[in-house]
Amino acid sequence: MSSVASTPRQPSGGVRTALEAWIVQWGGAVIDHVAAIGEFAFFCQRTAMWLLRRKPRPGTLLSPMHQVGVRSLPVVALTGTFIGMVLAVQSYFQFSKIGLENRLGAVINMSLVRELGPVLAATMLAGRVGGAIAAELGTMRVTEQLDALEAMGADPIHYLVVPRFIACLLLIPALTVMADFMGVVGGYFYCVFILGIDKHFYLYHSAQFVGGFDLVVGIFKSLFFGGVIALISCYRGFHCDAGAEGVGRAATASFVLSFVTILVLDLMLGIVLDVVYSVFWPSGAKLF
Amino acid sequence: MVAAGDNSVSVTVEDHPVVRLDDVTVQFDRQAVLRNLSLEVPQGQTLAVIGESGCGKTVLLKTIIGLIRPSGGHVWFDRYELAKMRKPLLMRIRRRFGFVFQQAALFDSMTIGQNVAFPLRQHGRYSDAEIREIVRDRLAEVGLPESILGKKPAELSGGMRKRVGLARALVLDPELVLYDEPTTGLDPIMADVINELILRSRRQHSVTSIIVTHDMRTARKVADRVVMLYPLSRLGPGESQVLFDGPPSQLDRSTDRRVVQFVRGEAGERLMELRRGSTHRAESGDG
Repeated sequence: MSSVASTPRQPSGGVRTALEAWIVQWGGAVIDHVAAIGEFAFFCQRTAMWLLRRKPRPGTLLSPMHQVGVRSLPVVALTGTFIGMVLAVQSYFQFSKIGLENRLGAVINMSLVRELGPVLAATMLAGRVGGAIAAELGTMRVTEQLDALEAMGADPIHYLVVPRFIACLLLIPALTVMADFMGVVGGYFYCVFILGIDKHFYLYHSAQFVGGFDLVVGIFKSLFFGGVIALISCYRGFHCDAGAEGVGRAATASFVLSFVTILVLDLMLGIVLDVVYSVFWPSGAKLF
Repeated sequence: MVAAGDNSVSVTVEDHPVVRLDDVTVQFDRQAVLRNLSLEVPQGQTLAVIGESGCGKTVLLKTIIGLIRPSGGHVWFDRYELAKMRKPLLMRIRRRFGFVFQQAALFDSMTIGQNVAFPLRQHGRYSDAEIREIVRDRLAEVGLPESILGKKPAELSGGMRKRVGLARALVLDPELVLYDEPTTGLDPIMADVINELILRSRRQHSVTSIIVTHDMRTARKVADRVVMLYPLSRLGPGESQVLFDGPPSQLDRSTDRRVVQFVRGEAGERLMELRRGSTHRAESGDG
């Protein structure tokens, strides 16, 4: 047996220092993240408090609603149409192999109204509006406009966050309905006019398997997506680092964080709502 | 009651302080910027706070208005302690303040008219016609024409933006106006225009003012009293952060070398530090 193996091992000075440095580094990172979550929770609580306590000032709501609703509508409609058609292209090949292409309507429309419509509308909102909100509020932070608001006795959360939150919350259902509708139209168009599926069967299976509950599920989920997009974007803008680089980072981080949160929320809400569905409609419609 | 400092403005200065700081300490991430700072500003006085970058001048202003909460000590405005005040009351108290930001901090999304009217809509119960009239008057006071009312801040020059910022700060007839480097980045003529406007606003509205500035011409022209702060990182043990506190005429007679160097704009030992740094880099082969 070698002498190294026979003596008890003691961490050398170098290893110990490296270990300490590693613990300090990771400990610091964990503390920072926990503090950031706490700050975000406090930010949400202040937004909720202002939302309940006082109405937004007249004139502050119109601009965010125009930005979230009117200006997002064309891009949501366009992407919805293409998603419907892409679903048709991708599903047709597999379904035709087993002779079930007539049931494509059910698959496409169910996927659209329950999952893809709300997620697509939310992703577009996070990219188009969320990034813009983070950049706008970040610029206001960097140029001391947020301080100026406070110095003049206006609360920035009441003045800037609440109207954006309300706009996202109220208008994302409309965007979701638009994405659903255009996706359904796009899917129908491609299946019936390009792939030559019988329109009677397409519509019959769609009506049989896609119900009001599915539409409500999609819209219900979208409310959560709209809320988190507004809160995350505003929070990132308010806590923006100095300079143009800081503003750019805030906009990017707001989109990435919103997108990840949307996906996580989608999964969790999907599971919960499926349980709710099976409780109320135990013998609900099955695809096959 | 005492006479106002050594400039020619005939404004009386009351003895009781409008602003009082008792042992105020402000720190960020365990890094202190202000330590045990005590200061009183009597009613009607114009105080200039000078000092090199990083000494905590802007932090001082933001602490006075409650944008930054001190880690220790007390900040009094009139009979209110701002440091411990709840936010809703602090928001109401702020109608008695005016704040002129370094880059004016005008709201980009609003027109000039909406910017100046903002405090009136936030705090007052004025009709639209009254607001229009007050805004026009305030812009005229700072020498700006009515034609800019519909313009956005981005369409104005730096000097005009500062004047709009001043008009906005004065629109509610505040008792205390805080100026954060009002003449920085302006040409000497425009800087003098801003100085004159500060003096005029003081004459017309009898406000108490605290001006943070690097500009010695501004400090000498508009201030009754000058306080010089020094960065904590450069202070010796037990030294006060306030290196000078007196009328502007006494600045040149200060016995503190650091005050004289700042007033004269001399690099002093900073130049030697720079040379030492260059030599050190050369010796260690960094170029």
